[in-house]
Amino acid sequence: MDRLLNFTTGMSLLLITLVLISVRRAHIRVEYSVSWLIASVAILVLSRQQRLLEAIAAQLGIVYPPLALMLLAGCVFVIIFYRFSVIISKLKDDNIALAQKVAILEYHLHTVKPPDSVK
Amino acid sequence: MSRLLILIPAFNEEAAVGGVVRSVRAAMPDVPILVVDDCSLDTTVNVAQASGAKVLSLPHHLGLGGAVQAGYKLAFELGYDYVIRVDGDGQHDARDIPRIFETLQKSGCEMVIGSRFLNGDAPYTSVIRALGIRFFRLILRPILGKDVKDPTSGFVGVNRSALQVFSKSFPLEYPEIEALVVLQRKAFRFEETPCRFHPRRTGKSSITPLKSIYYIVHVLLGVFINVLRLPRLR
Repeated sequence: MDRLLNFTTGMSLLLITLVLISVRRAHIRVEYSVSWLIASVAILVLSRQQRLLEAIAAQLGIVYPPLALMLLAGCVFVIIFYRFSVIISKLKDDNIALAQKVAILEYHLHTVKPPDSVK
Repeated sequence: MSRLLILIPAFNEEAAVGGVVRSVRAAMPDVPILVVDDCSLDTTVNVAQASGAKVLSLPHHLGLGGAVQAGYKLAFELGYDYVIRVDGDGQHDARDIPRIFETLQKSGCEMVIGSRFLNGDAPYTSVIRALGIRFFRLILRPILGKDVKDPTSGFVGVNRSALQVFSKSFPLEYPEIEALVVLQRKAFRFEETPCRFHPRRTGKSSITPLKSIYYIVHVLLGVFINVLRLPRLR
């Protein structure tokens, strides 16, 4: 059990480091890093607090506590993926509307007749 | 005098679009033609312009629905009363445009569909497509309250009321069937009129068997979402 929890601790630390580096390099915007940081910190805490993890596993009726941690981590990541699906869908809609607007403005620009020059 | 615009969405159709524009020009000499270029990688824009069409060039590829909606938006902005969509691959016969236009004006329907099945089965429909069309006819009959012979036809005319709706909301992928449901939920009417369809002049269809399955699932989901989302007006 300890080896699995140690591995989970290592993975969550790696994820936290990766996210922080990405935010610093502006590869991820701060608002989109918050979900990942909260999730990875929660996994980190649970992997180091065995009593807390055992209590949660007992509540869920799971005999093997690390399995409860995997289940919780899976649920959290599914929620994060769902949230990003919503964001991506909105961005795609905005992107399509913007592309159509640009095309229509360009069309108007090319069909506008230049004003008569003043003699 | 009612103003009509012919809308031709095109993506990499340099070999066909010129002929389509010329055949439309021959059928409707005084009607403006707008080719919506969906960011083609070939010379579709140049060919369309050389053939006498105006071109609306999208800055990046949006797919069929996005391209058609861009054309609808521009047509609505420019004050057109009717728009008839003709595919850029040459499958639709431009000689049928006057019939669609006449039906649009006389029937008062918001949409007129050029159907390949009203004069008997079409000779140029693949088996997979024919099966898909039969399947969607069955699904759509109870939703629309009447039979639609050719629900996947892209040869359609719309009036200004439909143009207003579609310029705000239009299905982006595989739009034909979903568009019917959107119109029906708004208590708009549509009619079908017989039209001739031809095999593609050049190139080949992008629909593969795997894409056909995706198409069916996607469209089914779109239909039911629209039924749930839009209250039916009477």
